[in-house]
Amino acid sequence: MPTTLEPGATDPGRIRNFCIIAHIDHGKSTLADRMLQITGVVDPRQMRAQYLDRMDIERERGITIKSQAVRLPWRVREGDQAGYDAVLNMIDTPGHVDFTYEVSRSLAACEGAVLLVDAAQGIEAQTLANLYLAMENDLTVIPILNKIDLPAAQPEKYAEELAHLIGCQPEDCLRVSGKTGEGVSHLLDEIVRQLPAPIGEADQPVRAMIFDSIYDVYRGVITYVRVIDGRIEARDRIKMMSTGAVHELLELGVISPEPKKAGAIGVGEVGYLMTGVKDVRQSRVGDTVTINSKPAKTALGGYKDPKPMVYSGLYPIDGSDYPNLRDALDKLKLNDAALHYEPETSAALGFGFRCGFLGLLHLEIIRERLERESGLELISTAPNVVYRVVLDDGSEITVTNPSEYPTGKVAHVFEPVVRATVLTPNDYVGSVMELCQGRRGTLRGMDYLSADRVELRYTLPMAEIIYDFFDQLKSRTKGYASLDYEPSGEQQAELVKVDILLHGEAVDAFSAIVHKDKAYNYGVSIAAKLRTLIPRQQFEVPIQAAIGSRIIARETIRAIRKDVLAKCYGGDITRKRKLLEKQKEGKKRMKMVGRVEVPQEAFIAALSTSDSPGEKGSGGRPSRQDK
Amino acid sequence: MPSTLPDGDPVPVDGSLPSGALASVGARGFGIYVHVPFCASRCGYCDFNTYTASELGGGGAQDSYADTVLAEVALAARVLDAVARPVDTVFFGGGTPTLLPPDDLGRILEAVNKAFGLAPDVEVTTEANPESVTPASLRRLRSAGFNRISLGMQSVAPHVLALLDRRHTPGRAAAAAIEARAAGFDHVNLDLIYGTPGESGQDFADSLGAAVAAGVDHVSAYSLIVEDGTRFAARVRRGEIPAPDDDVAADRYLAADEALSAAGFAWYEVSNWARSPTAACRHNLLYWRGGDWWGFGPGAHSHIGGVRWWNVKHPSAYAGRLAAGGTPAHAREVLAEADRRVEDVMLRLRLAEGLALESLAPSGLVAAADAVGSGLLSVAEYERGRAVLTLRGRLLADAVVRALLP
Repeated sequence: MPTTLEPGATDPGRIRNFCIIAHIDHGKSTLADRMLQITGVVDPRQMRAQYLDRMDIERERGITIKSQAVRLPWRVREGDQAGYDAVLNMIDTPGHVDFTYEVSRSLAACEGAVLLVDAAQGIEAQTLANLYLAMENDLTVIPILNKIDLPAAQPEKYAEELAHLIGCQPEDCLRVSGKTGEGVSHLLDEIVRQLPAPIGEADQPVRAMIFDSIYDVYRGVITYVRVIDGRIEARDRIKMMSTGAVHELLELGVISPEPKKAGAIGVGEVGYLMTGVKDVRQSRVGDTVTINSKPAKTALGGYKDPKPMVYSGLYPIDGSDYPNLRDALDKLKLNDAALHYEPETSAALGFGFRCGFLGLLHLEIIRERLERESGLELISTAPNVVYRVVLDDGSEITVTNPSEYPTGKVAHVFEPVVRATVLTPNDYVGSVMELCQGRRGTLRGMDYLSADRVELRYTLPMAEIIYDFFDQLKSRTKGYASLDYEPSGEQQAELVKVDILLHGEAVDAFSAIVHKDKAYNYGVSIAAKLRTLIPRQQFEVPIQAAIGSRIIARETIRAIRKDVLAKCYGGDITRKRKLLEKQKEGKKRMKMVGRVEVPQEAFIAALSTSDSPGEKGSGGRPSRQDK
Repeated sequence: MPSTLPDGDPVPVDGSLPSGALASVGARGFGIYVHVPFCASRCGYCDFNTYTASELGGGGAQDSYADTVLAEVALAARVLDAVARPVDTVFFGGGTPTLLPPDDLGRILEAVNKAFGLAPDVEVTTEANPESVTPASLRRLRSAGFNRISLGMQSVAPHVLALLDRRHTPGRAAAAAIEARAAGFDHVNLDLIYGTPGESGQDFADSLGAAVAAGVDHVSAYSLIVEDGTRFAARVRRGEIPAPDDDVAADRYLAADEALSAAGFAWYEVSNWARSPTAACRHNLLYWRGGDWWGFGPGAHSHIGGVRWWNVKHPSAYAGRLAAGGTPAHAREVLAEADRRVEDVMLRLRLAEGLALESLAPSGLVAAADAVGSGLLSVAEYERGRAVLTLRGRLLADAVVRALLP
């Protein structure tokens, strides 16, 4: 009987499911491009760089936000298995710290992982974290060194490092060049040879794990699944085990690398499902899909509801854009189960939304997409983490916004902490430690990865890394350090809310929850910043920072004394009238805080740089690991 | 580089005006402005449309300038033919009008007289730099029909004059003012500039004292403005000189008002003080009261019946347009009713006579009451139905204007 490699009819023994673990600019997308070419699934004329990264924003930033799975037929070329036909499913993983959970689900869909490391740079912190995740999941790891065509490549050095990390021999590290294609065919052979085939029960009720779910404007939600047990057929009605929701299956298929309809997918296979559902929340990553007519009894393990870790207020600069912002968020939500938001009103900024994100990169991506795809101009308030506050009477509240922070009556406050891993050349260890200690970090351990590279492990309050920690880390290490972190519970801390008062009125947008030792610095720096940003008014305006009713810092904006053009003669009238109209227009963009007119620009400038006290940074980009 | 012109609509080549604009010419007075775009040298702070002799050639030259202006006078006479009426005021500004021979200025004035007629009580002013006039030239100007002169004094402090690139010596302006009175000028103005970096309170007090002592009946005082594109602005940007400080300017303004009031002057416009109502500059009042005027010369602005237009800026382009028989106008705007109301508030509020509260929109009336409350508009005048700035209000006049407008 001839071998069939058709979906739904492929012997699980011929299937190899793998992902590529890599740091963002280490060449994963280029290697994937080469695999598409060598396996013949993409016509050379249709090939384009970074074929699998769909969104413009991803291609521009070099970040893969959403994973995708590609089915690649492969006939082994060399060795004792030469001529053997296999099906490879390459499952792309999101490459960023905010998406750890998605990464873990992608890994759970695989039996093996290709650990790809730039032969000129060595492993980075986040790759290391994902490697540990893969090893915990018992994945077979194939280490490869990429970019061996580069003059700066040091494959021997980094092969040692990899061997040390995963407990293999340096010569086990394959050497490839995604750019030239060298070693790629050998890698594909090794994937077939080294990785285990999937194992599952073909005659049991269907259990398939959702490892990705995206919203497509034309087709609704597309759900990517890995079948563990049973067989999903095109006419089945599927059931989501976390919610019990049942959906008609409109289409089923595989990606290779364009979608291809199929009649069924069976044990070990990877494919997509379309149900016409319009919201990715109904098809959540990590959930188990079964068949309604013959449902599985127990779901696969590992499902988690994505929980926002960082909150920020998003406000349209032009208040009349509020409905547009709501529509744009509603649209993005369809494609992003982790995005949370609810309407919020700020006395200073008007109507907007309190939004919850997985992390700062997530925040930035959402904000950028809102601005780019919906043409909105937005202000985002300083991001904050989620606090658990225990009151004197023993009751408990969750604070996602400084304005909800109770005044008085606070018994204990708990803040979230992260376990952070920093990889740095050993020259910068002192500087990194100084940074972490300044951010209330606790050192948990330190290891030499190689003679000149050190892994530092810290516990840090999450609030301390969401401002400019990453920028600081990069600048202190000349860009060499890399960072990874994962949430790790909470700790009790001495926190206070600092309010900023303008002419006696608290400006909610500037309130912040900070450690008591940093409250003074925060107050002083914001007050000083506002003094330079807010134009002089017709009366003197005090700016105060306060903890409760206690004033901890004060600045004064002196009253304006002169606002008149000295000369206005015949030739000046037209220009002067036009200037006046422009000023009137500008006045409409002013926000009134009590009697004080504050230009939008002052809010934007104060918020965009409201990083931690005394330090100058771009703020809000701690977790970008790709530059 | 001289400042740039506003954007506007095209002007018909014959310079003709919409018939509506001609309906009530002169109802609020009719004036003539003549721009003389020449200076002996350029002052670093000045952004007026003016050129030194070495910058000009061809049709823009100084010696043929009067003839060029006469061509525009002829054009104005054609456009206004049906509605022409005697001229109430004539003002020669610049630049430095007195760089032209008094006979040239006289010829232009005579042409205006021939085209429109001069009212019996016509006010004829020329601006002059103190060093560009002599007792003899002043007598010739007087006999040519000029009866008011405005001299650029700026300051008596040598270091201030130096920073402003002014060429006259500290005592020269006051001397020229005395010479002008001796030549028979009815009205003499001295222009002062305050707030120049390096100027002390005493420097300015001395300048005010010298102006008063010169016996003039009119003083204008302007805060130094750093205009984009000037040499002065470049020096400030490079950090060679500090930018003028608004708080200092406010102090100087108060000092000016105090010293001039004590000497018997009264403010009639934000930057202008006169010894008596008849000493006020009627030509400038015409601008602030929405009157009609025709401005001759490159870059000159005109206003007739709700149409504002402005000529091409460069003297050569100006001469070329006229030589080709067309209008030298660069662009114009036909004011909508709303624009005219805005201008009315914007200009009249600068005057001591202020504006009638009834001319304000309801929101403006509320703002006016607020402004009275915060001491920016006079309580007494408000009770008489007028919006008139207080001393503090004059310093914040633009803010009050913005508040009064819808």
